[in-house]
Amino acid sequence: MIKIKSVYKDWKDFCLKDINLEVKKGEYFVILGPTGAGKTLLLETIAGFYFPDSGEVWIDGHDVTNLPPERRRIGFIYQDYSLFPHLTVEENIEFGLKLRKSSDTNRKRMKEIMDWLSIVHLAHRYPGTLSGGEQQKVAIARAIAIEPSVLLLDEPLSALDLRTRDYLREELKRVKLELGITMVHVTHDQTEAMVLADRIAVMMRGQIMQAGTPYEIFNKPQNEEIADFVGVENILSGIVRNNKNGIAEIEVDMGYNIFAVSDYHAGTVKAFIRPEDIILSEKREESSARNVISAKIEEMSDMGPLTRVRMNNSLVALITKQSRESLGLRKGDEIYATFKATSVHVVR
Amino acid sequence: MKSLSRWEMEKLKREKLFILFLFLGLFLIAFVCITLGNMFYKQTEDFSGLIDAAKDPVVLKAIGISISMAMVSTLIAFLFGVPLAYLLARKDFPGKSIIEGIVDIPLMIPHIVAGIALYGVFMRYGVIGAPLKRLGIAITDAYPGIVIAMLFMSLPYLIDTAREGFKEVDPRLENVARSLGASHWRTFKEITFPLAFPSIFSGAILSWGRAISEFSAVLIIAYHPISAPILIYEKFTSFGLPASRPIAVLLISICLVIFIVLRIVGKRRRG
Repeated sequence: MIKIKSVYKDWKDFCLKDINLEVKKGEYFVILGPTGAGKTLLLETIAGFYFPDSGEVWIDGHDVTNLPPERRRIGFIYQDYSLFPHLTVEENIEFGLKLRKSSDTNRKRMKEIMDWLSIVHLAHRYPGTLSGGEQQKVAIARAIAIEPSVLLLDEPLSALDLRTRDYLREELKRVKLELGITMVHVTHDQTEAMVLADRIAVMMRGQIMQAGTPYEIFNKPQNEEIADFVGVENILSGIVRNNKNGIAEIEVDMGYNIFAVSDYHAGTVKAFIRPEDIILSEKREESSARNVISAKIEEMSDMGPLTRVRMNNSLVALITKQSRESLGLRKGDEIYATFKATSVHVVR
Repeated sequence: MKSLSRWEMEKLKREKLFILFLFLGLFLIAFVCITLGNMFYKQTEDFSGLIDAAKDPVVLKAIGISISMAMVSTLIAFLFGVPLAYLLARKDFPGKSIIEGIVDIPLMIPHIVAGIALYGVFMRYGVIGAPLKRLGIAITDAYPGIVIAMLFMSLPYLIDTAREGFKEVDPRLENVARSLGASHWRTFKEITFPLAFPSIFSGAILSWGRAISEFSAVLIIAYHPISAPILIYEKFTSFGLPASRPIAVLLISICLVIFIVLRIVGKRRRG
């Protein structure tokens, strides 16, 4: 368990401002944010590579704010793996173990871990001769060998190719599930956050902007900046005209009205709709969805399994390749965009 | 002569700039090679002179003094300079650039000036020389004097090279080592130092070479016990080139052999 209380740290050209976080035991916690948000610095501050100017860091019920990193029982994994280049794979993994236990126990433990991550065959190689994926597995093995209570991961998958990334993502899940280690994972990649996280904190400009479950972060972002960052492509400005039984009718800038589940009765608001929550059809379909808006397709971009459709009323929808084909959609087609009132998240 | 194929011509055209730079660089290489090569070549005409020099106990002692005192000087520079180099590579602090400037001063000032300055401090009545004298330690005209002059002139080479070597070691490797439970000292010993070692070793060789060749500063503070450059100078002024050259050739040959052996040993250590 990690508790960060009002941590503040100034580096002159950058600072962490009033960071408050709580990561539960055994939780997979992702810190999501754009490049330059200070995610790595926060992780390094948790690890004890930097000491905060004020505030406290607690790990497993102990105040570690002033403890050096070697006394915090944490594992740390960097994006570029940071394996010791002058040591073999085996020596790398043994590095932390050597400092703790007898060599017999070490041998056994090392064998187990290398088996578990299937890297036994790499034992006597030097890091420079390994692929990125292999290096990252060795880095994981080295970090978990010391049985840390917390594993801190700084963009651990970002430097890998797609296939290796998918594979290692599963390995990280396995570390969490089978070993029960508390994980804090820093990334700018939404998919990674969505797939791995039990909870997510969005970080921008040295501050935590919002923390919550993946559902909350991706569907209920607290402001436009977060919404934009987490891929809410439809950000509409409008005015609430009325509210009946918790359903607000909002007149948006583009000149049409939408319905949203909201407590607001009046005033200017922002409405967020994720592009994958919008369904397209040729005919006006009977459904329980409150919002059916006619539109014309302005642009379609193929994104592999998905197609992004941009409409003339500035709505953007993500549809599957299969539905695009069955609808026979083309640029210029007149269509209906349908979405539920519950899919619209409204903020001031 | 076979004419160049079209493909080879194209290749040469692409490499034009490199070819030009190669020729420019070769001037300097030739400058060094001709100077030393000529000395060795001339000496072959007087091979017996070389043999005589190699048998002369005065010559051997002088060369021995130069090499061993340079090693002592390098060892001192290593012990005190490597920690400083690490500090300069890793930490920013007020006055850091002043310290870096001070380290490089010996590179700027004339050696004879350094010699006079050292003499002023270490002579019998000097600020450091006087108390040492009372303890019965003589610096001027003694082995410590040679070491001090050598150390002063050669320390920038070791510190600067080691500092650059430390800078090349990614601080994140140190972070990871710390997170794995290694203390700061242990991290330095097992991660940082071994990784920076090739640079530190090069710096030590440079420093050692510079120390052996130091003449003016040594001349002022410790003419005796006579070291190789001073002996060469003495022979040259008294008896001319034929008397001094064999000693020079001998000194260079021995140094080159040591230098090459050290390089090979250094490479081995790096794996």
